[in-house]
Amino acid sequence: MSNPQTLYEKIWNAHVVEKRDDGTCLVYIDRHLVHEVTSPQAFAGLRANGRVVRRPDLTLAVPDHNLPTTPRVDAAGHRLPIADADSAQQLDTLERNTRDFGVDYIDAVAPEQGIVHVVGPEQGFTLPGTTLVCGDSHTSAHGALGALAFGIGTSEVEHVLATQTLLLSPSKTFEVRIEGKLGAGVTPKDVILHVIGQIGTAGGTGHVIEYTGSTIREMSIEGRLTIANMSIEGGARAGLIAPDETTFAYLKGRPMAPKGDAWDAAVAYWRTLPTDAGATYDRSILIDATTIAPSLTWGTSPEDVVPITGVVPDPASFADPSKRVAAQKSLDYMGLTPGTPIAEVPVQHVFIGSCTNGRIEDLRAAAVIAGGRHVADGVRALVVPGSGLVKRQAEAEGLDRIFLDAGFEWREPGCSMCLAMNPDKVPPGERCASTSNRNFVGRQGPGARTHLVSPAMAAAAAINGRLSDVREFGLGDTA
Amino acid sequence: MKPVTQVSGRAYPWGAKNIDTDVIIPAHWLKTVTRDGLGKGAFETVRAEPGNIFDDPRYAGAPVLIAGDNFGCGSSREHAAWALADMGIAAVIAPSFSDIFSGNAFKNGIVTVVLPQDAVDRLVEVAKTDSVSVDLETMTVTTPFQDRFAFELDPFRRQCLMEGLDEVGLTLARDAAISGYEAGVAQARPFMAGERFHAAA
Repeated sequence: MSNPQTLYEKIWNAHVVEKRDDGTCLVYIDRHLVHEVTSPQAFAGLRANGRVVRRPDLTLAVPDHNLPTTPRVDAAGHRLPIADADSAQQLDTLERNTRDFGVDYIDAVAPEQGIVHVVGPEQGFTLPGTTLVCGDSHTSAHGALGALAFGIGTSEVEHVLATQTLLLSPSKTFEVRIEGKLGAGVTPKDVILHVIGQIGTAGGTGHVIEYTGSTIREMSIEGRLTIANMSIEGGARAGLIAPDETTFAYLKGRPMAPKGDAWDAAVAYWRTLPTDAGATYDRSILIDATTIAPSLTWGTSPEDVVPITGVVPDPASFADPSKRVAAQKSLDYMGLTPGTPIAEVPVQHVFIGSCTNGRIEDLRAAAVIAGGRHVADGVRALVVPGSGLVKRQAEAEGLDRIFLDAGFEWREPGCSMCLAMNPDKVPPGERCASTSNRNFVGRQGPGARTHLVSPAMAAAAAINGRLSDVREFGLGDTA
Repeated sequence: MKPVTQVSGRAYPWGAKNIDTDVIIPAHWLKTVTRDGLGKGAFETVRAEPGNIFDDPRYAGAPVLIAGDNFGCGSSREHAAWALADMGIAAVIAPSFSDIFSGNAFKNGIVTVVLPQDAVDRLVEVAKTDSVSVDLETMTVTTPFQDRFAFELDPFRRQCLMEGLDEVGLTLARDAAISGYEAGVAQARPFMAGERFHAAA
């Protein structure tokens, strides 16, 4: 047997088409997801140079960022126009480009439409051992299934469309090992927020993270997707989780997954992918999962993490002078006073959705809290399923009724208030408990204040009208 | 792409850390289908503050930006690089960059120069009154004083910048190798192709 290898090294080595003398590698890309925001200029580049899409069969397009989450068809089933002219143009451009270049396209009213990173795994387009890219940084999510998946810029989108390859240098490897059983009310979102709080937003720069350990092994695919999704918030372009029986069970029978003998051959291959005993990582950390509390952010960087039992930190408590300045700026923007218990901070908005937490298990966890209760006065709470199939499933389970009865809005799928490119925005100076992935300045709208939380914590915040410890609701394990 | 060998002139002496791409170009500017004209949306939230560095006449049109750690973190939006290019920035100097941003910058002819924090601190001081120069031939950043900071650059990226190479064109010339790889995979791991998308009835 050859030298022990990590999961990353195995996938990388299987995709190197050729290595240039300067060390840069031409790497084959097995899967390409395309959406309306980062692709128009890429297709325009192809057109300008008379180039074609090399492998339309490995490319899948779906609109998500711009779509309003209000109904898309009228009572007669006719598509409703999109009010924002720029959004409408971008959506029309995607539709035209996919038609002109022969790329498979899930349109805005198809039942399968959704956020690219929810659609990929759901359709079985995302497979272990593949390289998968998309012009979106949260492409790291697909690593939950053991795919080497990362976000790319538009020039790279054009490069993949034209050549089905990218010119890349290998990354370093970073093992984040998480061991132990999660406490009551502690979810995968709390785990990844805790990890980012530990390593910082630049902690994974230049690295591909592999999440290992018993906590990850016992986690569902949906939970793993939440973890891998936010690898980019820790600076890592990709996050990987070794494929296992949980992965195979999730993928079997998905529309785009291999079938019959091809399935058996695929599983046999996927079983060879996990990191070999004796393989080494460039860096490793160990996280004790039993110490993780329900967690959330207080500032304007995803590394600004506190447990829900904590307080707004005092900038003076930071040793690094530049961090002190940054913390003060964050607190000014967030309108928070040091020492305030974080669970006393009122919210006016709640957003449950996104590629981080817009899947069925997320909606179930939120519904457990929402059931039989009501959203507090003065709070607007949105539930935006990650895809049309998630929405259908939730409706089949009656979750839509639970949310509507509790005073939440039940919307059409899309990226929505995660980045406020569509009409779903948090007004200036108002505060949102959000299950999304970024609490940057202005992310949910100019002047909007974001606290990143798990779906259960978001629902709890909606009910109480303030950031809240989900454990107050007396439940068991919501993970 | 236009070849780049040297970027010289005034520099925005910013030094701020963790500047994410939502700060470089907010999401509402992303509803465009061209690469042009994004300079007017660049650093919109920073520019809303009185006395901000980007509206300081001393630095108007500066081709260099000096920033802190982790510049360009967050979203993969290449609009961030297009916005910088549109406002005339051709080089960014910082102690570290996000991986996606530095790739996007380089594909748009913007040099990302990694220097240690103390060198960046020194350049921030110099840039308040004087110009700086980034040279790709010698891979150094110099000032009108005695400063000379050497930096490293990926050899392939350096070559592409200096020769103004079209990466897609370069790779298309490797078509035989790519086809050979595809044929090999089709033989050894045919299941990798999966099934094509079929809309539900």
